[in-house]
Amino acid sequence: MAATPWESALTGMLKEQFGGQISEFSTYLGQNFLVAQPEAVIPILELLKLEADFDYLVDVTAVDYPKRPERFDLIYILYSFARNERIRVKTRIPDGYKPATAADVHLTANWLEREVFDMFGIEFAGHPDMRRILMPEEWEGHPLRKDRSITDMDNRWVKANLGIESGQ
Amino acid sequence: MPETFLDSTELVINMGPQHPSTHGVLRVILKLDGEKVIGTECVIGYLHRGVEKIGENRTYQQFVPYVDRMDYVASVSNGLGFCLAVEKLLGVEAPPRAQAVRVILTELNRICSHLLWLGTHCLDIGAITPLFYVMREREEILNIYEKYCGARLTTHAFRIGGLQYELYDGFEQEVKAACDFIAPKIDEYERLLTGNRIWVGRLKGIGVLNAEDCKQYGVTGPMLRAAGVKWDLRKAQPYSGYEQYEFAIPTGENGDTYDRYLVRMEEMRQSIRIIRQAVEKIPAGPIMGKVPKVIKPPVGEAYVSIEAPKGELGYFVVSDGSTQPYRVRVRPPSFVNLQALDKMARGSLVADLVAVIGTIDIVLGEVDR
Repeated sequence: MAATPWESALTGMLKEQFGGQISEFSTYLGQNFLVAQPEAVIPILELLKLEADFDYLVDVTAVDYPKRPERFDLIYILYSFARNERIRVKTRIPDGYKPATAADVHLTANWLEREVFDMFGIEFAGHPDMRRILMPEEWEGHPLRKDRSITDMDNRWVKANLGIESGQ
Repeated sequence: MPETFLDSTELVINMGPQHPSTHGVLRVILKLDGEKVIGTECVIGYLHRGVEKIGENRTYQQFVPYVDRMDYVASVSNGLGFCLAVEKLLGVEAPPRAQAVRVILTELNRICSHLLWLGTHCLDIGAITPLFYVMREREEILNIYEKYCGARLTTHAFRIGGLQYELYDGFEQEVKAACDFIAPKIDEYERLLTGNRIWVGRLKGIGVLNAEDCKQYGVTGPMLRAAGVKWDLRKAQPYSGYEQYEFAIPTGENGDTYDRYLVRMEEMRQSIRIIRQAVEKIPAGPIMGKVPKVIKPPVGEAYVSIEAPKGELGYFVVSDGSTQPYRVRVRPPSFVNLQALDKMARGSLVADLVAVIGTIDIVLGEVDR
């Protein structure tokens, strides 16, 4: 089953506001998502929050596709209590690109974006506290990148802090 | 006397990661002005095991037991969420019999999780007695798990597509007996605590988080309901046949620690209500859906979430058509709810901070994954 086009009053409003900045409105397995230009994401989140009651940012996460020129998929999952509806806002960004933070729109984005930074090395511009959250602060490397093997670790850190050659 | 004489300076102290009231290895850096908390910073990650990375390196079936290790006091819920997500990608549904058993085991699990929360929350605040009582009741449920699948905590109770094991003889009677045993005990806890002046004094008006803040911070579960938002995924977007059962969504008014306590107590009663309905009419039939031996979902992605005891537990699974997930993202309720700690604790006393950490009901295994 392939994704099918998604059309509703909401997509009409978004199309009118953002035009070519949103390249795709689709439904897959009954779940709606849209793909937008990276610089349009925060305005879209803002508009959805103010005009369409999407007031709960469920999650921010990323997926790594190392062979693609735009290496990362950045995914924002939104929910609206009033509409009982979920949508995903997706964007594609190259390695090194600094997407704007969503923490000004939804406070919950603070830790969620810190986790994305920690795991993928995607830095968010304008984030109030852009530090690692799960890994130790001096750790080198971002574990969820596909070029990191599951057995890779920062041996220098392990040696300095745990006093052993390797954790493996 | 010069006015500056009574000035105090800001004091930064460290609480945890080895501290009995942080429920595991949570480290909180406190900024204090005397006894008053003027800022907190959580340092987490001590239990980080890279569950999401492990998921990318295991087949779909192999990963199911790993998710039990996140929220290890509610492992059945974790497993249910992941199985539902993969079933969604595969386009299969568990047969009705499997769904009914899933509901029973998951609701038992909710009671388990809330009981443990109650015991440790009381202990944090200084009431030692309830801990022993809740362990006694929890044992009844763990015995059912043990008889059903051999494990008590990290149960691996469900499989993608349904269940591995058929119910043992006498399952229904034992579940009913457990419900009959636990239901009056909940009233007993309430007699101990609800009107207790010390308990009320320690909880009322502490750690207030209103509905607007909850939405801003993405806080879900009993915390959101205690703030007056009548929202439960089991009702809003039913899964596993929850629409067949009658139950109420308890809500609070003030969004304080006391309301959250009341909401969780009522939720246990509602869970018992669901279990009693479900156990009466477990349909006959197969326990496994039509799932291939080798699970290879078509290319695509799906986000599926369930109402775990702590809030919205979501799985975002990306398939590239192979036997291993390309990416598994877990949206953990504990992690997201913990972020609101600073907002709730600011301006309170250090002793109240312990109550606030307890009321969020975090499990560090899930915060850190």
